[in-house]
Amino acid sequence: MPQVTLTVNGKTSTVEVEGRTLLVELLREKLRLTGTHVGCDTSQCGACVVHVDGESVKACTVLAVQADGTQVTTIEGLAKADGTLHPMQEAFREYHALQCGFCTPGMVMSAIDLVQKHPAGLSEKEIREGLEGNLCRCTGYHNIVKAIAAAQEVMHGRVQTLALAGD
Amino acid sequence: MNVVTPFEGIGASVRRKEDLRFLSGRGQYTDDINRPGQAYASILRSPHAHATIGGIDIAAARAMPGVVAIFTGADMPDLGGIPCGWQIHNKDGSPMAEPMHPVLAVDKARFVGDAVAVVIAETKAQARDAAEAIEVDYAVLPAVSTVTAATAPGAPLVHDAVAGNICYDWHIGDKAINEAAFAGAAKVVEFDLVNNRLIPNAMEPRAAIGDFDRTTDEYTLYTTSQNPHVIRLLMGAFVLHLPEHKLRVVAPDVGGGFGSKIFHYAEEAIVTWAAGRVCRPVKWTCERTESFMSDAHGRDHVSKARLALDANGKFLALHVQTLANMGAYLSTFATSVPTYLYATLLAGVYTTPSIYAEVKAVFTNTVPVDAYRGAGRPEATFLLERLVDVAARETGIDRIEIRRRNFIPSDAFPYQTPVALQYDSGDYQTTLDAALETAGWASFEERRAEAATRGRLRGIGISTYVEACGIAPSAVVGALGARAGLYEVGTIRVHPTGSVTVLTGTHSHGQGHETTLAQLVTDRLGVPLAQVDVVHGDTAKIPFGMGTYGSRSLAVGGSAMVKAMDKIVAKARRIAAHLMEASVEDVEFDRGTFRVAGTDKTKSWGEICLTAYVPHNYPIEEIEPGLDETAFYDPKNFTYPGGAHICEVEIEPETGITTVVNFTAVDDVGRVINPMIVEGQVQGGVCQGIGQALLEACVYDAEGQLVSGSYMDYQMPRANDLPMVSVATHVTLCTHNPLGVKGCGEVGAIGSPPAVINAVVDALKDYGVRHIEMPATAAKIWGIINAGHRLAAE
Repeated sequence: MPQVTLTVNGKTSTVEVEGRTLLVELLREKLRLTGTHVGCDTSQCGACVVHVDGESVKACTVLAVQADGTQVTTIEGLAKADGTLHPMQEAFREYHALQCGFCTPGMVMSAIDLVQKHPAGLSEKEIREGLEGNLCRCTGYHNIVKAIAAAQEVMHGRVQTLALAGD
Repeated sequence: MNVVTPFEGIGASVRRKEDLRFLSGRGQYTDDINRPGQAYASILRSPHAHATIGGIDIAAARAMPGVVAIFTGADMPDLGGIPCGWQIHNKDGSPMAEPMHPVLAVDKARFVGDAVAVVIAETKAQARDAAEAIEVDYAVLPAVSTVTAATAPGAPLVHDAVAGNICYDWHIGDKAINEAAFAGAAKVVEFDLVNNRLIPNAMEPRAAIGDFDRTTDEYTLYTTSQNPHVIRLLMGAFVLHLPEHKLRVVAPDVGGGFGSKIFHYAEEAIVTWAAGRVCRPVKWTCERTESFMSDAHGRDHVSKARLALDANGKFLALHVQTLANMGAYLSTFATSVPTYLYATLLAGVYTTPSIYAEVKAVFTNTVPVDAYRGAGRPEATFLLERLVDVAARETGIDRIEIRRRNFIPSDAFPYQTPVALQYDSGDYQTTLDAALETAGWASFEERRAEAATRGRLRGIGISTYVEACGIAPSAVVGALGARAGLYEVGTIRVHPTGSVTVLTGTHSHGQGHETTLAQLVTDRLGVPLAQVDVVHGDTAKIPFGMGTYGSRSLAVGGSAMVKAMDKIVAKARRIAAHLMEASVEDVEFDRGTFRVAGTDKTKSWGEICLTAYVPHNYPIEEIEPGLDETAFYDPKNFTYPGGAHICEVEIEPETGITTVVNFTAVDDVGRVINPMIVEGQVQGGVCQGIGQALLEACVYDAEGQLVSGSYMDYQMPRANDLPMVSVATHVTLCTHNPLGVKGCGEVGAIGSPPAVINAVVDALKDYGVRHIEMPATAAKIWGIINAGHRLAAE
């Protein structure tokens, strides 16, 4: 069986996989990183989004062997070692941008990449268009859009602390 | 113990306790669980809607790598069928047709996706490979996929023993009074409509792990369920014949349900039974393609409605005839949805004195249909609120005015409807006023005119609704055919240091119970939120429970907690009285402090809790040590949330694309515990309703093939399809539960679809459109607009 060596959340692993093993299967079943979810089988829902070499990808659409030699970040690798949440994680909590939590890891990983690719900032419409590849059945996206709008201000250094959602 | 801040109790938008684990990838959903020695199951499903099974050849599959076992229906002769939890009776008093639903199809497959065989193998891939190698000898039969086709003369029979494919022919109301009211009416409005079939699509696909402990003969099922105790009861007692004390059901983190995870599914029984046969844990995880063809679907009604009015636009009588699709088998609550959760809501918010409803439930060669967010009440609300709009147009009365004329007045509560329910509270005029104000109803024509300058057709629509949830008094539902009680259970376990564990029989799969239910404890006992944990979803930990559906968790489950906290406080006051040498009657308790009335003598919560568990100075002859109480709460009535939803749309005539530009929801959900969570629930529900109205359609072709079987074919609402949703609440308290709460989980999905369609019809008012069926897709609207153009040209 092929061997794959990759660095996930800063830790390098070498694992044996079948040729048909998907990256998401490697993460969930070989490395037991179950924060990355599988919500469909047609690359439509985005629950499995991770970052590979800094780019958001759907881990159900990448073969594990294609990820050989890459740096992968999953939802488990976002917070700092002291537990401080990434501004996007913090914004999702503050703005109640998650309910059941199943789409959340993919949504957060997509949102971070989206914001990083738009340093000038995103409008509500652009955020909505940018979430085209991620499905959420619980929230109606209202609070996800608000959370991303607030998080981008922190991520781009325009504000020091996250704007609070209020009551 | 810290000083309690008042900002964590009832009414505070506390950020959720459960979020940290979900946001850092530490949630534990069923598929995240792996048991030592686990094997994997793959289910072979019928590709045909209707076929006899001549034989199943497993020889080639059995020889494939990694295969542990293969089972077919023939291997399970002793298992019971998947049961239905609610028995409906026909007009003549006879019971409904209730054909056996085998765990695996034996002689006949009755829908695309019907489970035919299961392969257990060392890996998921090996199980799937082997399932594909099984040869089934099918003889394809003619199929029926719609209620119309299934009730046509000479239609193929889904079950040979069920004549005409009719599960039941049920009615409610007084037919003779109804007919007399129609005979004397000044105006009758008639209207046919469809409530489109939907696929719930919780983002977490279903999964189940069966485990068997040879030492104790105990089975454990981990499953994606909204109600683990109900699954234990149904699967244990009816299917596998396992007693409760040998069967544990765990529903860990569950990624959304919307009703579809209430029901007992065949796969749960298959993995549990198979784990005992192969003496290994067996895990099954549904692929999304399988979800589309095996999760229970929702809605799917075809109705005829007639409304009788007097000369002043007052509603005199309503007559409704509905055909409801049950699918091929009766799912757990399927039979109650188009009857006691639908026809009983046909009074809506109006004083209509006579209502007569007739419902035929129909078998078809499709996936079973059962409760989906709102369950019956969205179907009733859509019918009624479209009918009222049509009546307004056909009588020339303004659509707001016709609603106001017919509203149940705020001083008429409790209000007995002609269809069994007694509404306890509501204030429909005020809710409507608030919605009209927020939505800017009065200035709409300016916005319509402005949109016209941009070539856009703008429309506005409203729905005013009431629903019934907080299900429900056990004696009442028992009399109506429910085969279970619908109370709820709460345990308040106070620890020696004063922290609290809540054990609740409800289940959280997105609703935020770990926060909201903890807020009840903080509010009442004064324990800081950080020191309250809510545990749910495990029959080995929770005494009992009926689970979460029908927006019942707070109204029923929260009320059980209040009862348990009453017992805790009563006992704690006795302990405090002993320590302060006062009489119990003189001891007051207020959020963490016990005080002898009128004095400065106090004891803290922590001191009393410690004393309860370290009873050195303790009235041990009179009071048992410990501070741990359980209560069962049976609701006295349903709860009746209501509200007004206003939708504004713009249609691009060149493409037919509809954009929801404004949506305003003003809902009366009773007392609000956490406003942030309530808003989130309403926003999510409204967006599912917009999805039903504009995007989502479950489509079967005439042969029973599921055409909309993936996310490429079934249009889920995406971020760019939806608007921001303005949510407000106007509270009237529920009068019969101790919290005054009504429920907020389903109001969004109940109130919104007719508001959207009323807006679309309003936008198209110059095209002679009386009604447009859901979903109002771009193709349908483009067709209407272009047909209109041709008519105009002619």
